[in-house]
Amino acid sequence: MTDANQQMVEQYRNNFLREVEDNVEEGGWVKMCMQCGVCSGSCPLGPHWDHPPQELFMMIRAGKRDEVLQSSSMWMCTSCYNCIVRCPRELPITHIMHGLAHYAKRLGIAPKNQPTHKFAQLFWNNLTKTGRVNELKLGLALYFMNGISEGIKTSLKMKDVGLGMMMTKRLSPMELIGGHKCKDTSGLQAILKKAEELEAARIPVAGK
Amino acid sequence: MSDEIKVGAYICKGCGLGDRLDCGQLATIAEREGKANLVREHDFLCNAEGVAMIQNDIDNEGVNKVMIAACSRRSKNDAFNFDNVAISRGNLREGVIWTRPDTDEARETTQEMAADYVRMGCQEIKYMALPHANEEAASNNNLLIAGGGIAGMTAAIEAAAAGYPVTIVEKSGQLGGGAAFEYKRIPESAPYAELEDNGVAGMVAKIEGDSKITVHLNSTITKTSGAPGRFSADISTESGSTSTGNFGAIIMASGARNYDANQLPELGYGKTPDVVDQTGLEKLAVEANGGPIKRPSDGKVVENVVFVQCAGQRSTQEGHLPYCSGHCCLTSIKQAMYFKDQNPEVDTNIIYTDLRTPGAGGEDFYRSGQQKGITFTKGTVSEVTAGSNGPEVKFNDLILDQEVNESADLVVLATGQIPNSGVDVDAPEPEEGAPEVSVDSILNLTYRQGKDLPHLKYGFNDSHFICFPYETRRTGIYSAGPVRRPMDMAQAKEDATGAALKAIQALENAKLGRAAHPRSGDLSFPNFRKEGCTQCKRCTVECPFGAIDEDEERYPQFNEARCRRCGTCMGACPVRVISFDNYSVETVGQQLKNVDMPDEFDEKPRILVLACENDAYPALDMAAQNGNHYSPYARVIPVRCLGSVNTIWVTDALNSGYDGIVLMGCQKGENYQCHFVKGSEIAHTRMSKIDDTLESLSLEKERVATYEVAITDIERAPQLINDMAETVEKVGMSPFKF
Ligand code: SF4
Ligand code: SF4
Ligand code: SF4
Repeated sequence: MTDANQQMVEQYRNNFLREVEDNVEEGGWVKMCMQCGVCSGSCPLGPHWDHPPQELFMMIRAGKRDEVLQSSSMWMCTSCYNCIVRCPRELPITHIMHGLAHYAKRLGIAPKNQPTHKFAQLFWNNLTKTGRVNELKLGLALYFMNGISEGIKTSLKMKDVGLGMMMTKRLSPMELIGGHKCKDTSGLQAILKKAEELEAARIPVAGK
Repeated sequence: MSDEIKVGAYICKGCGLGDRLDCGQLATIAEREGKANLVREHDFLCNAEGVAMIQNDIDNEGVNKVMIAACSRRSKNDAFNFDNVAISRGNLREGVIWTRPDTDEARETTQEMAADYVRMGCQEIKYMALPHANEEAASNNNLLIAGGGIAGMTAAIEAAAAGYPVTIVEKSGQLGGGAAFEYKRIPESAPYAELEDNGVAGMVAKIEGDSKITVHLNSTITKTSGAPGRFSADISTESGSTSTGNFGAIIMASGARNYDANQLPELGYGKTPDVVDQTGLEKLAVEANGGPIKRPSDGKVVENVVFVQCAGQRSTQEGHLPYCSGHCCLTSIKQAMYFKDQNPEVDTNIIYTDLRTPGAGGEDFYRSGQQKGITFTKGTVSEVTAGSNGPEVKFNDLILDQEVNESADLVVLATGQIPNSGVDVDAPEPEEGAPEVSVDSILNLTYRQGKDLPHLKYGFNDSHFICFPYETRRTGIYSAGPVRRPMDMAQAKEDATGAALKAIQALENAKLGRAAHPRSGDLSFPNFRKEGCTQCKRCTVECPFGAIDEDEERYPQFNEARCRRCGTCMGACPVRVISFDNYSVETVGQQLKNVDMPDEFDEKPRILVLACENDAYPALDMAAQNGNHYSPYARVIPVRCLGSVNTIWVTDALNSGYDGIVLMGCQKGENYQCHFVKGSEIAHTRMSKIDDTLESLSLEKERVATYEVAITDIERAPQLINDMAETVEKVGMSPFKF
């Protein structure tokens, strides 16, 4: 069967919708969307999304698996909750957006260079290392996220803010070496590992 | 009782009338100019004492005509309700003091207004009589129902439960109509989530077990004559035998038929048996009887079905239905559930442009469909072809803006309903040589105005759908179900219940010789003076309700029980031989002729306002209640319907020196609100010809204006009067003030 044929057979079937229902937080709500468009119209960032929520929901129903999961759209959600408040069908849209992002991430097909995606990873790495967020390192990591030269430029630009924060003891340069941490770092690591296992057992990742 | 006329005129001083008006002067006018035999003022006329005073005059002073100058005729009807006397009302409160500012400058003109209404009331009452009993009154409790579908059966069950004997005439060999062939029905009770049995068997059993209900199957109505309370109908069987029955009222529930899907080859119908309409799917579902539904071509179990909404509907394309049939979105959800309930793995895709789920449970049912995993796709289907493995549906997804080809095992077309409304009595004569289209009449009325109920649009019965949905244009004949407008089963049941109640009301009214809606209870009816009639037939043509037939000598023959008392015939008659005891060319004509007409140089014009009592007059009353003032030169006379306005009133008014005339009726046309359906429209047509009269008098066209006014126009209605006052100021005073 050719790709096109494959697509023709799979479109507008329930299979991807089912996958979403089974794997995505609050995914069972997707089928209840009545396509009114209120969420898309309410989203302050909506115009900048490739596919606003209403469209994402229709794409799921139309079986556009790759386009949905590789989309940067749900990563754009700022959790303002405007859509949730307004949706006449009471869909927990914000949660579904994060659920979709999370699922795509777990599948390893989330867009690599999407800034929110990148930052989320930096944050996670930073936090899980010591059990405490190291703000100085996290800030610098963010500045250097897109390479050395841009990192230097941003750092210089933010220099005064950084110094100000140090003067008022909001930021300690000592954090650069080691930094503060929780009492039992290896215990934390063990907890996280276990949690990951539990989650993997609970929600089998399709295709894995 | 002697025939002597004794007019009692009563002037109220309550509600501020005494403060704002010189009531003593009004009393003098009633006596001197109005020639009232007895005049009394009262501080609070509608209180017990005031009412007792009037009653005492009726009982002991021989007063048999009562003129009450107080509030609007729409107020205090309970108080001013005296038996066996004619009553007229001068509207001094809403019509005078509340429409005028309470200032010193306004005092004089306000008093003049009030004085005129007293004069008018005294004149009106002089020409009014108490309606005498209608000899046409007839009593018959039997109801005839044309059609034994859901609507007909419901009407029968409801009417029988209310104690009225019913006869159902059904064309086919069984009761139940289309519903009998439906596998399940859309749920009719909360939580509106699961399908219900179609319920037909239960209804049929109820009917068969009810001794009050007679059913004629394989039968049609071949002749209907008479009027409410005394209808006579011939019921003929297929085999040709005919029986005649007498009925008090009739319900037309002849339902709808399917649009012919063969007209939709572009959607694959007729090209492959795997494209069916909704009725076709019901058949497959009944055959499957709870098992998997199989497709017709090769019996393969359907794994994947596409529903195409609005097939040949809501479309301007030639041969398509322009309207929405209202039930088919719900029906498609129902039918998709046939698949999902049997096997949730079956893919069901409903392609719609606007999903419409009317009714109390509509939205819940839609949600239930979504819960069950039915896919709803907003899109337009351009083509369905017979593919090698099954039909292929080509559509445009309107949300994702993409062209899609979807293959399916089965495609269901949601086609529309076409009413079985019989002959279009208003259809223009077919051109000569044009192919003859024969349509079977449902009622075969012997009425001069045609065999069936008139249609409004798209072949549906005209039934005042904006305000009074069961009222057709044939009194005592009510229509219910999809013959009236497209609808589903649940709505048809509600509709039929309403129609049954209206039909009962109509036959009860007929017993007492009273009018049906909207002048329900009115005992007056058109008196016709045959000697003067020129047989012009305008009344028989213009009567919106087909009340007037023709006798053997070709004179109009009134059927009082069919009459709604709108007065359109009275307005139509050029020789003015039609009148009502309490409403006539004289009762209005004398009012308008007896206002005080200041001469040309007095700078006090007079504007005559003829306002429909149903909407325009109440609008003016309400305007007054809201403190919206209008010109003190206006004199407002309520009319039963703008259709009752005889052009002689306009001519008389112009000849007696009125400077402007404003006519206010209800909305006309397709979305009419006219309580008498055609009255306002007919009046507008009549008035469009008034220009000739104006021209012959060398008067400006602008002096007569006709408007459609809604009951909510409480700002606009007074403004229209003020506009006329301005027009008069512009064109100058009428030279006809003698
Ligand atoms: S507001 Fe709710 S129902 Fe409307 S499109 Fe968005 S998710 Fe769907
Ligand atoms: S009053 Fe109206 S309904 Fe009655 S006969 Fe005249 S036109 Fe017809
Ligand atoms: S039909 Fe129009 S003019 Fe006649 S009564 Fe109704 S509202 Fe008035």
